[in-house]
Amino acid sequence: MKLPAQLLIGAALTAFFAAAALLSLVWTPHSVLDLAISNKLAAPSATHLLGTDHLGRDLTSMLMAGARTSIAVALVAVSIGLAIGVPLGLTAAASRGSLLDEVIMRANDLTFAFPSLVIAILITATFGPSALNAILAIGIFNIPVFARVARGAALGVWQREFILAARVAGKSRARISAEHILPNIASLLIVQATIQFSLGILAEAGLSYVGLGAQPPTPSWGRMLADAQTFFYGTPRLAMAPAFCITAMVLGLNLMGDGLRDMLDPRLRRAVQ
Amino acid sequence: MARYLASRLLSLALSLVAASVVIFFMLEVIPGDPAAFMLGLNAQPETVAALRTELGLDGTTPERYLRWITGLVQGDMGVSYTYRVPVEGLIADRLAVSAPLAAYALVLSTLLAVPVGLVAAAFRGRAADYGIMGLTQLGIAVPNFWFGMLLVLAFAITIPLFPAGGFPGWEAGLWPGLKALTLPAVALALPQASILARVMRSALIEVLGQDFIRTARAKGLTRAQALTRHALRNALVPVLTILGLQFSFLLAGAIIIENVFYLPGLGRLIFQAITQRDLIVVESAVMLLVFAVICVTFLTDIAYGLADPRLRRRR
Repeated sequence: MKLPAQLLIGAALTAFFAAAALLSLVWTPHSVLDLAISNKLAAPSATHLLGTDHLGRDLTSMLMAGARTSIAVALVAVSIGLAIGVPLGLTAAASRGSLLDEVIMRANDLTFAFPSLVIAILITATFGPSALNAILAIGIFNIPVFARVARGAALGVWQREFILAARVAGKSRARISAEHILPNIASLLIVQATIQFSLGILAEAGLSYVGLGAQPPTPSWGRMLADAQTFFYGTPRLAMAPAFCITAMVLGLNLMGDGLRDMLDPRLRRAVQ
Repeated sequence: MARYLASRLLSLALSLVAASVVIFFMLEVIPGDPAAFMLGLNAQPETVAALRTELGLDGTTPERYLRWITGLVQGDMGVSYTYRVPVEGLIADRLAVSAPLAAYALVLSTLLAVPVGLVAAAFRGRAADYGIMGLTQLGIAVPNFWFGMLLVLAFAITIPLFPAGGFPGWEAGLWPGLKALTLPAVALALPQASILARVMRSALIEVLGQDFIRTARAKGLTRAQALTRHALRNALVPVLTILGLQFSFLLAGAIIIENVFYLPGLGRLIFQAITQRDLIVVESAVMLLVFAVICVTFLTDIAYGLADPRLRRRR
């Protein structure tokens, strides 16, 4: 089967930023903690490939370390959603029509009704702005998304014959959910995780931009954008670089998600043939 | 239908009560006493106690919840801790900016998304479709606050057509007000339009595969006629649902854009109130936003029930 082009482009973009983030753990061209005010706003050169920012920090190094912050925040936020949302959705599907199902799904709807950004700001402003609180704030709103996707997909699988066979064999509902339902809805969950990942990157950038994400000196793309705003008209490069990274990363993840969905959805595959 | 309506109404009421309890207790656990915050470090305990009574912070938690809810129902949201004016007045002033901004952004996004989605669906699988879908991917990926900054650079500084930020107030006239809201509305509309165009495209493609479109073509309508007369109307249902939800999210989601453009909107009011521990404002403003989303969901459910009798028997 031929891989969709958008999947390849998306995966390449994502892999590029992931590699930069991983590399920044052990090596960056310059230290992001090195302030050199005398060398501030320096133009790109051989020592500083993208130049320096308003505090004389190397822009390339800042972007690499910023990728680490963005990816870490979004990744953990998605994991929170998966770890709590999927079991909730599976439980709701396994007890379809019961009071438990109703309670889980109504709680889900209710969470959806809350303005996520406002609650995220409330959490980070109350418990102090930090990367950890940003993760929590974004993660909470991932829970209902995964619960809903998991339930919807699981309901379909529960109708299948091999599930009936498993029930006749005497397996409990919990065991069927873990052993048979989960592997069958995993592909859908992966696609959704990619989408939530990209939304997490955007949310982290937004929170950092208003000063409620990772705190200095931890570099973050959103914070770099906010800092660069003052110098935007003199040194647009400072704002262009992080903005380009955010856009490319989100674009990469979205393309990858769409590509995966096209590849995994048999209905679409048939339509293409 | 009456039964369906009753069950939806009950669900609406329960959701509103649950939402209000969640909001109230969420703010209840927030550390920091507003009275102590207002009076500063050197305040006497008696003064703090007196102010607590004045602000309605005394009494047990359930008592205060009931006081808040009864006030809310009667349109009395209490007095802001920092501004010392009625909260409902503050919120109404800010809504006068946020609601038109959300509506403006929604109109722009619809005007852009409907034709674009239509063209993409009509030319499915061809260059125009790929180009449009690529652009919408970009529109979703660009952070809207960054797009806002670019718009300011292009249309407020390089070509000074619009103000770079601030809001003159509607007293200054309709045109200056609209002018101040144009760039923020465009910045907000871009991702919304991108999402909407994609929804429009897939809804149209779904409809175009159905039998009644073939019938329409068979009785002699051209492709374009079948598309605009029959497919468009049927594809509008999912599009309208998204539109309704987008409006309620735009009311609150503008929070960062309002910061970029220094607009005195509801989002910035909430943002400032959170940082100043003006929790009474946060409480009612968030409740208002949640109320809006829940009501939109309710109305969509009802509209669906009216349009499609099968859905009424769902529960």
